[in-house]
Amino acid sequence: MARYFTDEHEWIDLEGDLATVGITDYAQGQLGDIVFVELPEVGKMVEKGGEAAVVESVKAASDVYAPITGEVMEANAALEEDPALVNTSPEEDGWFFRMTVADKSELDGLMDAKAYKAFCDAL
Amino acid sequence: MLSGLLMSEDTEVVEPETGTLPLDAWHRAQGARMVEFAGYWMPIQYEGIVAEHEWTRTSAGLFDVSHMGQLLLSGPDLDAAVEAVLPIDLSTLKLGQQRYSLLLDEEGGVLDDLMVSRWPESLYLVVNGATKWDDIGHLREYLPDEITLNHLDEQALLALQGPKAADALARHATGEYPLSALTFMKFGRFTIAGHDVTIARAGYTGEDGFEISLPGHAAAEIADLLCGEPEVKPIGLGARDSLRLEAGLPLYGHDLSPETSPVEAGLAFGINKRRRTDGGYPGAERINREIVEGTARKWVGLKVEGRMPAREGAEVYAGTAKVGTVTSGGFSPSLGYPIAMAYVASEHAAPGTALEIEVRSKRLAATVVPTPFVPHRYYRGSK
Repeated sequence: MARYFTDEHEWIDLEGDLATVGITDYAQGQLGDIVFVELPEVGKMVEKGGEAAVVESVKAASDVYAPITGEVMEANAALEEDPALVNTSPEEDGWFFRMTVADKSELDGLMDAKAYKAFCDAL
Repeated sequence: MLSGLLMSEDTEVVEPETGTLPLDAWHRAQGARMVEFAGYWMPIQYEGIVAEHEWTRTSAGLFDVSHMGQLLLSGPDLDAAVEAVLPIDLSTLKLGQQRYSLLLDEEGGVLDDLMVSRWPESLYLVVNGATKWDDIGHLREYLPDEITLNHLDEQALLALQGPKAADALARHATGEYPLSALTFMKFGRFTIAGHDVTIARAGYTGEDGFEISLPGHAAAEIADLLCGEPEVKPIGLGARDSLRLEAGLPLYGHDLSPETSPVEAGLAFGINKRRRTDGGYPGAERINREIVEGTARKWVGLKVEGRMPAREGAEVYAGTAKVGTVTSGGFSPSLGYPIAMAYVASEHAAPGTALEIEVRSKRLAATVVPTPFVPHRYYRGSK
C-alpha cells in the first residue's frame, strides 16, 4: 500500500484500484476541534483539485479537495456519529471517503511521507 | 484546505502593521497559536477551543483583552458633554458603577458598544479593539474641546472569567474592601502584587468574572500569578467567541454595525429611561420611535438541528421567503449542537418559530429560541 500527500494537507492511500482519502495530522492540528464533516455522496464524480468535502471546526469551515479524479465509492459513516475521530485518528479511523482512481498518473505529482514532512516543517 | 481558517474574518489584517501587546511573549511561551486580530497579534487558542471553553464554564479562564481601548474622559460639565454623545443617563451612574452603552451615528446606527464607569472626577470607557481608533476620532470630534480624552494605551486589560474566578482572584487582590463586596457591574481599586489595578465585576462569557485594568509592564507578572492558581488557565479568542455566543452577547462588526439599530438588536436597555423621553443623543428620534413602535426585524437566537453549523452570512428562510441573515453562528461546546444569532423579520421572531437556514445549498431546520442559550451566572450579591 502506498500513501501519498498533497500540499493541501490531504493523504491518499492506494490499495489496488481504490484510494482512501483523509486529512493529515498536521491539518487537524491546525483546524482544532472538529465538530462536523460534510462528506460526498456515494456515486459522486470528483475532479482532482475540486471540492469533495467540508470539515467544520469550532472556528471555521474548510474545504477538502479531491487529490485525484474519480468516483466516490464509500463515505466514512463513523464520522457522522463522531466527527472528533478526525482529531484523534486523522490518518486511520478518521478517513473521509474511498474513491476510484480514474488516472493513476495524477498520483505522480504528489508527495511521499518524507517529502510531506519536509513540506510541513518549512511552513 | 486551510483556506477557510486563513480567510476567517477574525484573522483579517485590519491595520497595515500588526501591533504587539504587553503579553505577546507571554502568550507565545504558553504555547498559544497567534493570529492577527484588531490590528494586533492575539492568542486564538492554547490547548484547544473546546477544552478552553469547558474550562471557563467549570473553573476559571484568563483572557488577554488588552487590544480593547481604555479611555478616560475628564473636564468641565463632563456628564452633559458625554450625554450628548451616548444614550446614557449619567445622573444614575454612581461612583463605582459600570454600565453598558452604545456609540451611535446620527441615524441611530451602532458605531460601537462600550462600557462606561464613573471614576472620581472622570469617566472610564472600555471600547472594542477593532473600532477604538474610529471611536477616539468620533469622540474628539463630537465632545467639546474642554473635555480631555486620555487613551490609556499603557494599560493592559485581563479578564478572569468562570465560576471559580472569584476564589482565585481573592487570593491576590487586596483593597479597601474585600473582592466579595463587588457585585456584577461594580468596580473598585485594588492592589495585586503591589501594583495598582482597577477591577470590574463584568465580562463577556456569561459567567461570573472580572475585568482587570493594570499597568502593561505588570501584565506578565500578574498573568503568571493568576495562572499559578489551580483554577486558572489562559484562554484564547476562539473560546471567547464561542462563550459569548452561548451567552447571547453581540460582537461588534458581526452582530452590530452602522446598519443595525440597538432596538432591533435587543439592546434597548442601553438607552437609559430618561433618554427615551428626553432624547438629545445621536439617532434619538429614530431609536425612541422604535422603542415605542417596534422594529421590522429582530436579533434572535436559533437552535440548529443536526450537527452542521450555520455561520455568519447564512440566509434564513420561512418556506421560500428569505426572512433574515445569520450574524454569528457556530457549534456550541456546552450544548453539543449548533447555535446561531440572526436578524429575522419580526413576524418570524417569536420563540418556537420554525425556520430554515441555507448552508452550502442545503436547508437546515432551525427554531427560534430565547437567549442566552446558556444561562448567565452573574454575581449579584450573596442571597
